[in-house]
Amino acid sequence: MKKGRATDTVLEHAALPWLQAAVLACLLPHALHLPLWLSLGVASTLAWSLNLALRQGSLPPRWLLLLAVLAACGGIVLEYRSLFGREPGVAMLVAMATLKLLELRSRRDALLLLILACFLLLTHFFHSQNLPTALWLLFAVWLIVAAMLRLQTSALPPRAMLHTAARLGMQAMPLTLVLFLLFPRISGPLWGLPHDAQRARSGLSEHVAPGSIADLALSGDIAFRVRFAAGVPARNFLYWRGPVLEHFDGSAWTPARPGGGKPRLETTAPAIAYETTLEPSRQRWLLALDAPTSWPATARLDAGLSLVAREPLHERQRLSFSSSLDYRYNRDPNPGELQRNLRLPPGSNPRSQALGRQWRDEIADPQARVERALKLFTQAPFAYTLQPPLLGPQAIDEFLFEQQRGFCEHYAAAFALLMRAAGVPARVVTGYQGGELNAVDGYLVIRQSDAHAWSEVWLAGQGWRRVDPTAAVAPERIELGLVAALPAGEPLPLLAAMRAGWLLELRDRWDALNNAWNQRVLGFNAERQREWLAGLGLNPGDWRRWALFLGAGTSGLLALLALWLLQQRPRRDPWRKEWDKALRILARREVNCAPGEAPLQLLARVESRIPNLAPDFARVVNTYLRARYGPAAGEVERQVALRELRAAVAQLDKGRWF
Amino acid sequence: MPGNPAPSIASLNTVLARASEVILGKERELRLALSCLLAGGHLLLEDLPGMGKTTLAQTLASLLGLDYARIQFTSDLLPADITGVSIFEREHGEFRFVPGPVFTQLLLADEINRATPKTQSALLEAMEEGQVTSEGMTRPLPRPFFVIATQNPSHQIGTFPLPESQLDRFLMRLSLGYPDPAAERALLAAGSRRAGARALPAVLHATDLPALQEAAAATHAAAPLIEYVQALLAATRHHPAFMHGLSPRAGLALLAAARAWAWLAGREMVIPDDIQAVFPALAGHRLRSAQGSGFASQEELAALLRTVPIP
Repeated sequence: MKKGRATDTVLEHAALPWLQAAVLACLLPHALHLPLWLSLGVASTLAWSLNLALRQGSLPPRWLLLLAVLAACGGIVLEYRSLFGREPGVAMLVAMATLKLLELRSRRDALLLLILACFLLLTHFFHSQNLPTALWLLFAVWLIVAAMLRLQTSALPPRAMLHTAARLGMQAMPLTLVLFLLFPRISGPLWGLPHDAQRARSGLSEHVAPGSIADLALSGDIAFRVRFAAGVPARNFLYWRGPVLEHFDGSAWTPARPGGGKPRLETTAPAIAYETTLEPSRQRWLLALDAPTSWPATARLDAGLSLVAREPLHERQRLSFSSSLDYRYNRDPNPGELQRNLRLPPGSNPRSQALGRQWRDEIADPQARVERALKLFTQAPFAYTLQPPLLGPQAIDEFLFEQQRGFCEHYAAAFALLMRAAGVPARVVTGYQGGELNAVDGYLVIRQSDAHAWSEVWLAGQGWRRVDPTAAVAPERIELGLVAALPAGEPLPLLAAMRAGWLLELRDRWDALNNAWNQRVLGFNAERQREWLAGLGLNPGDWRRWALFLGAGTSGLLALLALWLLQQRPRRDPWRKEWDKALRILARREVNCAPGEAPLQLLARVESRIPNLAPDFARVVNTYLRARYGPAAGEVERQVALRELRAAVAQLDKGRWF
Repeated sequence: MPGNPAPSIASLNTVLARASEVILGKERELRLALSCLLAGGHLLLEDLPGMGKTTLAQTLASLLGLDYARIQFTSDLLPADITGVSIFEREHGEFRFVPGPVFTQLLLADEINRATPKTQSALLEAMEEGQVTSEGMTRPLPRPFFVIATQNPSHQIGTFPLPESQLDRFLMRLSLGYPDPAAERALLAAGSRRAGARALPAVLHATDLPALQEAAAATHAAAPLIEYVQALLAATRHHPAFMHGLSPRAGLALLAAARAWAWLAGREMVIPDDIQAVFPALAGHRLRSAQGSGFASQEELAALLRTVPIP
């Protein structure tokens, strides 16, 4: 940095705490995602810089900073195997922003740091876009604006600074709102890098082995929310259908290969309409009530009566469905399908298969075989538990004849196996069952802990019929929900464990607030925007066209505003123009005139800084002051004086080369 | 600077030069004090005891050829001690008004904030009206009439701080401050100049002063300069550092003081430098700081001057 500029732009020491506070607020949530070593490094660097500020110590030498940068780069490469990409990029920015705190020499450095902090704020949205994050970021923006104010103005009391920053923020709100409503939305996530898409998320999987749903049941995460157009149906009808599993390999159930034609559905009850807001699951299943009668165009109904979206769900989506709760499905036998649902791997779970075969030989009516199996579950001392004992390779044999303790997937899988052995086509269906009504906003909330597995059997004349063996063992699970069904002393999902009334109400309110945020703010996607604009009588068309339209409109408005401002601006008199020219000449020699610097004061500064320019500038100052502030003179004298001033400025311009 | 210095400027410069020989190293303050008197304003000196406030007042009185009186304000000082009382004279059988010390041309009101508000306001009325009303009789004060009041920083014990409305009667508030090392060395070597201040020969006559004041008030202030004054006033009214801004009267005072300052510098017109030179002395006791109970600091005023663009 040149010596001349440093004095004009030196960073005030008292501004440091503001910068540190702003950076801390901006970086704090990153600690949740960054590797521990980096978080610790950031924390110690912050502590160091704080210590320097308190002791008014000098900044560390360049070579040390360089070393720190290299160490951070090395660590990031080791951690992420790359310096580029989303995560390493964010880590890199965090490291650099923190190290910049040890390099704050001029106001320019501080400004750079604050701009970097603004950018870093945005990266939080990679990880979370929920309400607490947004509120925290708002807080961080507040601190950043206050820090910027601190840089630009002299020492105001901290409260006045924060107050002004808050007022600036409020003033920006209307524009923010307009941009939020009008800014073109690009369909699809803005930062959906491929690597992101494969990240596992808790949720239903296509692979059900004993224990897989029990894990899910401990999660209080919300899977989706539903709003019914009319009232909420009875609990025992709330079967949200997910993937249908037809293939059994001896230990796990998986879906059959896709295909298999269209399902033939006959409904016998009027359809009920509802709107579902699905949380991103990274899977293609759309959860609808058994059995769906209408669904969004982006989805199709597969042969198993499940809805499959064209694309995996990477972002929250709001979809409309309707379902009929009473239906007949595939009443005409489909030989391939029935065959598939009778298949059992030979040799697996021999005792169960033997029991099934025994029923087939003893009981003629398939319907009675189903009753027999359900009776087995109610009569034998079966227990419903989230903590089933570990099962060996012949898991279902062990479950049915020895442990007799299990979760819904145990019952569904065992039942389907028994039925197949007994010659009744059967399969496992996974999905969610039940849900909880939020009294605050009327949404039915379905959590991961509502994940469920049940069975379906095919009976001649009836088609596929739902049979839920869990209902036989623990009817409370279906009628009251998971918490009521589990025996006392079982670990419960954290949220479900809250039984105190006020806690429940608090949770409901929080859910409702989050839901409103999701629906109104995050859910305001391209489609919603189009609907909203259409409501205003505008046809935005494609987002590209809309962007073009907005861009042109904004440019037009800005041009009009600029024209108006130009008109409003007082005409600069010729004296002032020449004076400004002289100031520019001085600025090139690194003598910048502050807005409130009086001419003679400036002249004194020029005399001490660029003595060889001083005589020329003195002439400019004298002519200028006389002409601009002196008594009014006649037109001729004014012209003479102006010519004199021009000559003086020209002389100054020539003089600057020497 | 070019311009035609009026012949009387020379004598004023002599006044300044002589005064600088008594009050060492305070040329700028002396110049401001003289500008204040030229603009017809009263001067408030705020300093710790022993900084040369009284010496300054005596020096100016002597050099300008003015009658001089001094009142030491104490907490038991009464208004009549300032304005004077009527005394019954037995031989004439009537009351005779005995004028108080206020009937002079240059009054030094020492430690004005030691007196009670009632007494303070008696003096301040005299300053504002140029006359004294006592027992139903209004008596004009001599012309010119200046008050140089001194006060101790108000956080000292046993003071009655002047209310804002009365502070406004003083055109300027100055603070002499500690002398710089060289001046102090000279002072220590030569001893106090206070005794000499009374004996200084007059450079001017009291009757010269009105003409000089008139000449100073005629200094040209162009439209861009008025615009600048207005911008400064507006800035004080919107600036978050100050509780409230400067009044239009303060604006007039600013212009008057700047005119005197410019004229004293030998200029025929006021330039922004003149405004900036007198602004801190003028605004310091008129602007309250937004936080705390104190007045705006010199730093805050300087920061304000830095940020308000000169049109």
